[in-house]
Amino acid sequence: MAVEIKMPALSPTMETGTLAKWNVAVGDNVRSGDVIAEIETDKATMEVEAVEEGTIAAITVAAGAENVAVGAVIAVLAEEGEDVSSAATGTAKTVATAPAAGPAKTVATPEPKPEPKPDPKPEVKPALAPKLTPAVGPKPQTGNASGRVFASPLARRIAADRGLDIASIKGSGPHGRILRVDVEAAGAPIASAPIISSHPTPAASPGASDLVPNNQMRKVIADRLQHSKQTAPHFYLTVDCMIDTLLSARVSINEIAEDGVKISVNDLVIRAAAMALIKVPEANASWEGDSTRLFHHADISVAVAIDGGLVTPVIWAAEQRSLSEISSTSRDLASRARAGKLAPEEYSGGSFTISNLGMFGVREFAAVINPPQGAILAVGAGEQRAVIIEGELAVATVMTVTLSCDHRVVDGAVGARWLQAFKSFIENPVTMLL
Amino acid sequence: MADKQSFEIVVIGGGPGGYVAAIRAAQLGMSAAVIEREHLGGVCLNWGCIPTKALLRAAEMRHSIDEMKEFGITITGEVTIDLPAVVKRSRKVAARLSAGVKHLLKKNKVTVFEAEAKLGAKTGDGRDIMLSTGDSLNAKHVLIATGARARSLPGIEADGKTILTYREAMVPETMPKSLLIVGSGAIGAEFASFYHDMGVEVHLVEAMDRILPVEDPEISAIAQKSFVARGINVVTGVKITSLTKTGKNVTATFEGEQADLTADRAILAVGIAGNIENLGLEGTTVKTDRGHIITDQWAATDEPGVYAIGDVTGPPWLAHKASHEGILCVEKIAGMTDLHPIGAGAVPGCTYCRPQVASVGMTEAAAKEAGHDIKVGRFPFVGNGKAIAMGDDAGMIKTIFDQKTGELLGAHMVGPEVTELIQGYAIARTLEATEAELIKTIFPHPTLSEAMHESVLDAYDRAIHF
Repeated sequence: MAVEIKMPALSPTMETGTLAKWNVAVGDNVRSGDVIAEIETDKATMEVEAVEEGTIAAITVAAGAENVAVGAVIAVLAEEGEDVSSAATGTAKTVATAPAAGPAKTVATPEPKPEPKPDPKPEVKPALAPKLTPAVGPKPQTGNASGRVFASPLARRIAADRGLDIASIKGSGPHGRILRVDVEAAGAPIASAPIISSHPTPAASPGASDLVPNNQMRKVIADRLQHSKQTAPHFYLTVDCMIDTLLSARVSINEIAEDGVKISVNDLVIRAAAMALIKVPEANASWEGDSTRLFHHADISVAVAIDGGLVTPVIWAAEQRSLSEISSTSRDLASRARAGKLAPEEYSGGSFTISNLGMFGVREFAAVINPPQGAILAVGAGEQRAVIIEGELAVATVMTVTLSCDHRVVDGAVGARWLQAFKSFIENPVTMLL
Repeated sequence: MADKQSFEIVVIGGGPGGYVAAIRAAQLGMSAAVIEREHLGGVCLNWGCIPTKALLRAAEMRHSIDEMKEFGITITGEVTIDLPAVVKRSRKVAARLSAGVKHLLKKNKVTVFEAEAKLGAKTGDGRDIMLSTGDSLNAKHVLIATGARARSLPGIEADGKTILTYREAMVPETMPKSLLIVGSGAIGAEFASFYHDMGVEVHLVEAMDRILPVEDPEISAIAQKSFVARGINVVTGVKITSLTKTGKNVTATFEGEQADLTADRAILAVGIAGNIENLGLEGTTVKTDRGHIITDQWAATDEPGVYAIGDVTGPPWLAHKASHEGILCVEKIAGMTDLHPIGAGAVPGCTYCRPQVASVGMTEAAAKEAGHDIKVGRFPFVGNGKAIAMGDDAGMIKTIFDQKTGELLGAHMVGPEVTELIQGYAIARTLEATEAELIKTIFPHPTLSEAMHESVLDAYDRAIHF
């Protein structure tokens, strides 16, 4: 009997996704475990494996289709010995009679993929049935299996503009209608440090380039950062921190720390930022139109570069965590972020962001605020510089940090006091361990 | 003493905010009462919106007589105005509607107390309210909807005879020969229009650089041009320093070089001040600011269980805003979900002078200041068949869209019956329509509303008839 392959849910909250790529074509034989397709959400690309053997009888959702509802039939598998063409034509009936087929009949299961492929080049599969998956041409219409979505025209347009899937947004209007405010409140927080990915250019042909379609994450980053820079009046405060004491403290801490614990400079920066946010709570705020939200805790988003973009997992209530806890939490979040394994609640929210490009040797930079937060700290590399201490030229390890503030919530003096507190914790690390 | 009557909601003030809130509360199954010290329907119905519309209708009719000839109709004989009859009709209209409100409250089982009210002590889960009749009530929730009254200028007080407020201005016993109106907001502009059409020499004085200063400057300019063309003396950008009664006249002096102006009477229309006195607010944590009660977006004051809506909470001073706030406040108290606070620019404003002015949302300048890249459409009524047929083709409709999202940021109209048209754009904004839906809507021909369509088309360089 023909088996329907349905759009899998890659996370409990996922309602739709993009069918990025088919690895099989109609007529291909597949075995259990074969990767048959790649599904893209706004955060990650995941592979879909076949769990039964058979022949692909039909591909019902073309590669590149966006907003494919979870549970929608994406392909039909003819089991061994079954006539492929009758399995394909029988699809409609199967769908109509068993729309709510249980998981037993759903043969595709998501398998998180450790490394999303950087630049998926569309592979041309000559064996594809031509009417099903045009490699180029108009975007295929995807049926919305979950029915009509009630949303205002303005909400739809803003969602489309920001690369958000309207169907995944909860509506607050009459009868659950999705309004503009709902779309504006939605959208995964993606942080701000500009990451420029370089594409190797073939040397031979001058002017050669590739037009790479922007994936969901790219669109979300673009939209959020553009929105931030256009609506939040940014200003920037820069200060140099001498970190020789911090560096030696770090060595001492790591000497006495339990096995497996290795505090990084960034962990200390997170700790100092958290303490400074508690000391200067006015800086721990976000602009929300008619109101300003004042956070109780230092919920610190840490920008993590991942393939094709970045995410900002949150270390909640960082001020209440020990250094070793901050260290293990941030390491765990970063590695799972790179693996595309973060749950949405792990990268949504946060009251303040830290973006550290020190490991790239960047001396100093100004980051774009991660909306709707009130500030972001851009951390440069610690490097030896000539400094003047009490009239004497000396060599010190200096780390330059720049605080970008949203002037609607964080005034110059508030930002300056925060930086002063931060610098004090960094330069006298003992005080931040209290 | 009889047992105190207890209610879930007691509304102080029976104006368009208060009585509407009480009816909504009753609809939601709450026991509700309204305390009104004077007339049900409040200023709006008794001394504002409604009676002035009756007066303006009389003025319009008077004006249309002048235009009859153009339509081929000749009236022989003298045209006279029976001022007492004009005023009497206006009062009759107000009385009829006030009686209507009384009936509506009764129908909805809202108890009405004719008294002044004062907030009393907190009780278990409510609060006492003392009435000037000596009775007291207990309410779980109290809505203050006491409205506002005409504001004076420092050193300039209305005496009700020579220097009038809106209240005396709408019940004139005799027509002055000349009239000085201070302030050209909706109230000032409407009185200027009314009195001028009734044959009075009118001086309209405004401190800002244009009349109807809250409107988009292009709209103000068209209204101002029309006022000037028909003979109203419009003086803008001048600050009045004194208004002195001199014998039977009143003389205004100004800062700078503006010459003094003398008239038989003057109307002070420089805004209004909230009725916050004698409400017992001093015994609560309710905060006020310059004569207005401060509330959050759901009409809650700082005192738990005490809410305030409408004019007493500050501008815009509009009856429909008060009604909407009252309903929202009551629905919030009832625990309804799917509620949204009144958005910025969601309250349409209407001025019933000739030509009429109406607007909703942001002006062009405000939209730019808010950082929008905008598209602006304009369509004059001279391109509208119905307006030409009506012989009333002055004015225009201006629409402002966000270039990126197609959001209708604002709509501004001046011309025939625009106060009846503006709701179309208000609905479009509530439904969050973009330019696409407005463009695709079929507007009936021949109507003034076609100009609304054309204005949207013009914003996208697609206007057909201009």
